[in-house]
Amino acid sequence: MDPAEFFAASRVLIVAGKGGVGKSTMSAALARTAARAGLSTLLIRLTPGGPISRLFAQPDLTKSEQTLHPGADEGESDVRGRLVTPDEALAEYLSDHGLSRITRRLSSSGAIEVVTTAAPGIRDLLVLGRVKGLEARGAADLIVLDAPAAGHAVSFLQSPTGLRGAVGAGPIATQADEVLEMLADPSRCRVMLVTLAEETPVNEVVETAFALEDEIGVALGPVIINALVDVPEGLDTDLDATFDTLIATHAPKISAADTAQLRDAATFRLRWAARQREQVTRLSELLPLAHLTTPYLFSTEPGPQDLETLADALSIGIAELHEDHA
Amino acid sequence: MTSLADLLNQRSVIVCVGAGGVGKTTTAAALALDAAQRGRRVCVVTIDPARRLSDAMGFDVDRAIGNEPQRIEFDGKGELWAVMLDTSITFDALIRTYAPTEEQAQTILDNEFYNNIAHSMSGSHEYMAMEKLYELHNDDRFDLVVVDTPPTSNAVDFLEAPDRITQFLDHRLYKVLVTPSGGFARVVNFAAQGVLRTVSRIVGASVVDDAIDFFANFDGMEEGFRGRAEAVHDLLIADDTAFILVTVPRNDAVDDAAAFVTTLAEANIEVDAVIVNRVHPSFATKRALRTDDPALTPFVDVLNQSVAVATGQDQILSTLSTVLPAGAIVKIPFLDTDVHDLTGLAALAQWLTPSGDTPTD
Repeated sequence: MDPAEFFAASRVLIVAGKGGVGKSTMSAALARTAARAGLSTLLIRLTPGGPISRLFAQPDLTKSEQTLHPGADEGESDVRGRLVTPDEALAEYLSDHGLSRITRRLSSSGAIEVVTTAAPGIRDLLVLGRVKGLEARGAADLIVLDAPAAGHAVSFLQSPTGLRGAVGAGPIATQADEVLEMLADPSRCRVMLVTLAEETPVNEVVETAFALEDEIGVALGPVIINALVDVPEGLDTDLDATFDTLIATHAPKISAADTAQLRDAATFRLRWAARQREQVTRLSELLPLAHLTTPYLFSTEPGPQDLETLADALSIGIAELHEDHA
Repeated sequence: MTSLADLLNQRSVIVCVGAGGVGKTTTAAALALDAAQRGRRVCVVTIDPARRLSDAMGFDVDRAIGNEPQRIEFDGKGELWAVMLDTSITFDALIRTYAPTEEQAQTILDNEFYNNIAHSMSGSHEYMAMEKLYELHNDDRFDLVVVDTPPTSNAVDFLEAPDRITQFLDHRLYKVLVTPSGGFARVVNFAAQGVLRTVSRIVGASVVDDAIDFFANFDGMEEGFRGRAEAVHDLLIADDTAFILVTVPRNDAVDDAAAFVTTLAEANIEVDAVIVNRVHPSFATKRALRTDDPALTPFVDVLNQSVAVATGQDQILSTLSTVLPAGAIVKIPFLDTDVHDLTGLAALAQWLTPSGDTPTD
C-alpha cells in the first residue's frame, strides 16, 4: 500500500522490541520513512542517548523539540524529535494539577517514592499521558514513540490498566481512562514490534505480541525483522560442488590464502542467511502478522546514509504490503 | 590474570553481569555446567530464562514450586542444580524470616503496597537475585553459585538495590508518621498529614492507607533487613566472588560493558573476565579484493563485507581492552553455538574453556 496511507492510519506509532534488536534505529527509520511520504513526524524517546542523534547527524534529543531532518525533497516533510522523561512527566503532572507548590515538599519528604511504589506504573502512565496530549493537540501528523525494551514494553502499556483498578476515582483515573481509550483505538494508535531473525528475539517478539493483543488490546502493525543479510545472486550455490571449478575457471592465479578466505566468507554468509530464513519462517508460523524487513548494515556506526538505506527498505516493504495487513 | 577455568575451579560465587539481550542467561548456564563437569557442586540462579533454555537444561517448570534448586542430570562427575528466581517468593521468605510473628508476616504479605514493592519496585529483582545468591552460598549442598543478574543497564543497580530498598523500608516519611504527637513532633506530623492528603488526591485514599499499614507492620524489622543487606554486600565484594561480564561486539553493548567495568571498579570490584558472544569470524585479509569478473563479484563483495564486519568488531572490542587486560576477554563465535539442549550448553562450555583444562587440584 501507499506509505502515506500506511502512516496516516494512526497518529501514534509505538515502536517496541527487545534490547539490541535495533528498536531505536527502526523508530528513526520509520520516522524518516513517514516524513519522506509527506507526514510531518515527531520522534519521541524516553531516555537520552541511543543511536538517533548519530543517524540524523544532529545533537542528542532534549526535552525541547528539535528538527532532526528538515525534509529535503519535494513532497517530503520534516522529522522533529524530543525527550519525554518519566520524572518530568510526573513533575509536570503535579504542577498541572495545582500541586507545584507541594512538589518540592513531596520529593524532599520522599513521598514521591512512596507514591510511585504505591501506584506502580504511574511514571509510565504519565509518559503515555504526555504522548496522548501531543496527539490530541496535533503536534505532528505522526508521533513515533521509541518505547522501552520489550518485557518492559508490556508493563509500560499495561500501566493504565493496572492503575485504573488501584486508584479509584480522581485525576490519575481520568488520565488512565483517556490513555486506554487511545491505546484501544486502532485509528489513533498502533504498535510496531521489531525483532531480529534469531531464536530468542523471535520467541520474545511472539510472546510480546500476544501479551499486547490479549492484555492491552492495542492494534499491531507489521513486525519489522531487522538486520537481514542478503545472499547475492551467484553466491547461492552448492559451494562444495561449484567453488573449486569457479576459481579454476575465473581466477586461476589467485593465491591459496585468498581462495580460502573467499570460500570461508561465502560459507559463513550462506549459513547465516539460512539460519535467518529458518527464523523468519518460524516467526510466520508463530505469529500471523505481516513482515517488513530491513537489511543488515555493515557499517559499525550507522549514520544518515544508513538511515536512508533503511527508509528505502521500509518504503519498499510498505508499498508491497497488502491492504489487509496495514 | 586468572583464567576462566581457574575461576570455575576455585571461586565460590560467580556473578554474571551485562546488558539485556547479550546471551547472559545462556552463558551463566554454560559456566555452571562447565564447573560441574570439573567435579564441583554447582547451583545456577537464572532469571526468567527463555523457555527453550529451561527445556534444554531439563528444568521442569511445573516442579519448580517454592523457588528451590532442582537437580539437573548430566554426564559428568559434579552436580548441577538450577533455580529460577521468583522475586515475590524470595521476598516473601525474607519477610517471614524477619517478622517477629507469623501473623505479622501474613499481614504484610497480604498488603497491596508490599506486593507492589515485591513485584514491581525498581531494584527489587536485583535485590532478590542477590538475596537468593546469599542464601545458596550458605547452603552446604553447593561449592559454587553462579548467578545471572537481571538485564540492568546500570552496573551498580544490583549492588545498591539491597541498600536502597532497605533504606526505603526504613522510610523517613513513615518515621514522621509514627512520631508520637506532642510538641515539635506534632508540627512535623501535621506537615506529614498535609503531604498524605495531597498524595491521596493523586492516587486515591486506599493506596495511601495500604502504605501506612505496611510501614506500621514493618516496624521493627528494618534492623534485620539492614543486617542482611550488609551481609549480601560483603559477599559481593569478597575475594571468593568473581564477576564475569557478558557482552556482544556492538557499539552500544560494549560502551555499556566498559561503563560496567568502570563503575564496578569504583565499588572496589574487579571484573575477572569478559565473555563476548556472537563474534564474527575474522579474516587475515585486511585489504579489499577487487574483481571485474561478474562470476566472482558476489564472492568478493561478501568477503569484503565480512572483512568490514571483522575490522569494525575489532575496533569496538578495543574499547574493552583499554579498561581490561587483554587476557580477560573470551570470544564466542557467532553461529557456532546454538543452545537447544545440554549438549549445546556443553559445546558452549567448550568454547568458554577449551578442553585440556583440568581441575587444578
